[in-house]
Amino acid sequence: MNEKRGASGLILNEPLLWEKGSTGRCGISIPKNDVKTSPLDKNMTREGPGFPDLSEVDVIRHYTRLSQWNFGVDTGMYPLGSCTMKYNPKTNERQASLKGFNESHPFLPDALSQGALELIYSLENFLKEITGMDAVSLQPAAGAHGELTGMLLIHAYHRARENQRSKIIIPDTAHGTNPASAALCGYQPVNIQSGEKGILTAKSVAAIMDGDTAGIMVTNPNTLGLYEEELPEIAEHIHEKGGLVYCDGANMNALMGILKVRDLGVDIIHLNLHKTFSTPHGGGGPGAGPVACTKNIEPYLPIPRIVKKDNGFRLDEHHPESIGRIMTFYGHFGVMVKAYSYILSLGAEGLKKASRYAVLNANYIKEKLKDTYHLPYDRPCMHECVFSDENHRSYHVSTLDIAKRLIDYGFHPPTIYFPLVVSGAIMIEPTETESKEELDQFVEAMKAISDEAREHPEYLKNAPHLSKVKRLDETAAARKPCLCG
Amino acid sequence: MVGVQSIDGLFPTIPEKYKLKNTLNLPPPLTEWELDEQMEQLAGKTAVSPEYSLFLGAGRYDHYIPSSIRYLLGRSEFSTAYTPYQPEISQGTLQGIYEFQTLITKLLEMDIATASHYDGATALAEALLISLRKSKEKKSVAVSSLVHPHYRDVVKTYFSPTEYEIVEIPFTKEGRTDLDRMDSIENLAGMALQSPNFFGVIEDLKTAGEKIHGRDGILIVSFTEALAYGILKGPGSSGADLVVGEGQSLGIPKSFGGPGLGIFASTNDLMRSIPGRLVGKTRDADGKMGFVLTLATREQHIRREKATSNICTNNGLCAMTAAMYMASTGNTGIRVIAQQNHDKAEYLKQELKSAGFTIPFDGPTFNEFIVVIPNGQNTYQRLLNKKIVAGLPIEKYYPQLKDHYLLCATETVKKSAMDDLVRELAS
Repeated sequence: MNEKRGASGLILNEPLLWEKGSTGRCGISIPKNDVKTSPLDKNMTREGPGFPDLSEVDVIRHYTRLSQWNFGVDTGMYPLGSCTMKYNPKTNERQASLKGFNESHPFLPDALSQGALELIYSLENFLKEITGMDAVSLQPAAGAHGELTGMLLIHAYHRARENQRSKIIIPDTAHGTNPASAALCGYQPVNIQSGEKGILTAKSVAAIMDGDTAGIMVTNPNTLGLYEEELPEIAEHIHEKGGLVYCDGANMNALMGILKVRDLGVDIIHLNLHKTFSTPHGGGGPGAGPVACTKNIEPYLPIPRIVKKDNGFRLDEHHPESIGRIMTFYGHFGVMVKAYSYILSLGAEGLKKASRYAVLNANYIKEKLKDTYHLPYDRPCMHECVFSDENHRSYHVSTLDIAKRLIDYGFHPPTIYFPLVVSGAIMIEPTETESKEELDQFVEAMKAISDEAREHPEYLKNAPHLSKVKRLDETAAARKPCLCG
Repeated sequence: MVGVQSIDGLFPTIPEKYKLKNTLNLPPPLTEWELDEQMEQLAGKTAVSPEYSLFLGAGRYDHYIPSSIRYLLGRSEFSTAYTPYQPEISQGTLQGIYEFQTLITKLLEMDIATASHYDGATALAEALLISLRKSKEKKSVAVSSLVHPHYRDVVKTYFSPTEYEIVEIPFTKEGRTDLDRMDSIENLAGMALQSPNFFGVIEDLKTAGEKIHGRDGILIVSFTEALAYGILKGPGSSGADLVVGEGQSLGIPKSFGGPGLGIFASTNDLMRSIPGRLVGKTRDADGKMGFVLTLATREQHIRREKATSNICTNNGLCAMTAAMYMASTGNTGIRVIAQQNHDKAEYLKQELKSAGFTIPFDGPTFNEFIVVIPNGQNTYQRLLNKKIVAGLPIEKYYPQLKDHYLLCATETVKKSAMDDLVRELAS
């Protein structure tokens, strides 16, 4: 292998914000006041919130040092399964910071916000085309918020038919957000296990689907990275009993331009713009979780909707059957601008190529590593593949140790211990934006770690060795929480 | 290597009949330079200052954002990281969010704050649900009619699949929530009011707290203008149990309404009931200080359907932005800027009064207030033609308040622009 990528270098310690600075410093240019001052009633005010006073350079150095303790996609490969950490083209940031987008006020009269409205309208149309669905709302703020919106749509659909239902089917491979989103709508999740091939069987769904079940929440490709082959048949069983099929589109990166989920019998799907459509994740958001649905669900979509009239685009709130607003304004517009730019840059062929390469890269890693790491489902995968630590347990080395050691090699660890159906899961999603050289380096690192597990297991158990901090005591953090300084 | 001859062979598990035969119907791909041109054209179709003179607030506020913050946000180690599941290589995000949580507790005088929520409205909806889950027996919550109308809409959406009841509390002549009207409502698990409220008026939180606590309920204080607490006492000092609101004013651009920053703060008592991520301080194996995501047993990825919320991805980078803003202003700066906001709005209010306009609510305000503009619709349109947006007409939300407009003046509004507004309104 070439020189190992992870190296120790000089990074600087940095105290907490309030351990720096000195009273009277200020890191912002205070505007001149051109009117006379009007004091507020003293009973209502205080001397300020007690923030530290810092200069501009204090602030800049503080956050620059902090940033150097972080690992982003721009730092290196980030194969976090089901999170689609692809590279985020920088032009998208530029577009989102254009004054007409960045500084536009949501309460401008429609005639004065035509640019923003047109962008939302066009992006909705792009997502309709990509999914094959009839209508889209870009309002949900994140994937889980999209799921909640989807559940509210299902709830409203059954209510309108005076046929409210109490249960919803959720497979064991589902993201934790699925049952939590369903529970917010009062649905009792009914767990269903995937079959031997790692996918759902229509038979098992048919066995539990009944007239009191609102529908099913299914992720396709699922969190094992496998295509749900029986989904169309499953959808038939669900529809037969009056239920709806909700698809968690977190893994849409495998399917762009390959197929339209609508054709599989899906009624509602949410997408993650911060995964599939390349908007940066921000270390925990903001994302965007648009929801797409079929014609019969459309009346329930959140308001306002964006409509096109002869005299331009308008916000339309007159949808009496709508579930209502789900955010203060129209969703994370700034994120939409980036996703819109991404789609415009790639076009239809580019999106299809992205999905194909994402799948190619995952299969490459699967083939390269399956002789080293235990592969519980040895089948053609989609955009991600799931290994486990089974081959390494005899050395008393766990998935966690392998993940932590990867850090020393300069890679972000994969998703670990998920999905729950694989004990000690290592879920790798390389994405299409990693080159073959990068994938090869990753494979070599994984193989080297496997050797180390056999030869120096203790070294792995204490990994990472090169990061700013060593493994952290999470138990102590939870037992006696210290949440602010 | 992967066992197929061509890239088309990569999808053997997808039946041929579902595979698309045609390419998607999308516009042809653009080069970076074509994209720049197209996006500039689109962005140019939206009204912004200084070409337009805007007196709009109502949940999104125009404040100066220093270049240093924009520059720091360009640090892609922050922006291109995922949720900090691997703390050893996420200490930047984690310490930054820990500092954010701390600064928010100071701003609001609360015990703890989460790593963020989507926005003010969604945070309020979840806070109200907590009050009901806590009380178990009670089935109703009271919400002031002076909570932002869109926030109340979102609450209704979140409540629609439940059996809980939302009772709206009317307002007084002063433009404050009529707290006496609460006395007759049975079965209250919690009470939410916004301060400064939708009319811009600062509420009497202390009395609200006494009333709801006297009935064993939870006081929820919401806000849309976080900057107000740069000078006002924090809601925690008036006995708020949960404080939820919008942090967009803390260095985040308006961006057509999102992303903003949902702020969620609570007392220690409610620590295990609140939704979303929390960062806690701990030590590493060598005893060095470090930070981790903690109390995850409340969250969806551990508790699944029994979690306190379904929230996963939140608005982390916006929280970092807000922390950078609060660090930049410091204690001294934020108070001065907050005072300037008040000064500007008071100037505009007095000038309008002198010009003969009615200010219908006389409660104390921060940087927004209501004015009556006779023949409002025509006047508003006439000013639009002169590139002045004379606030927000509120009749849509309060049908009894015809010709009432919500005006906002922040530190970015110049005296000359306010003088122009008054002159044009009066002409």
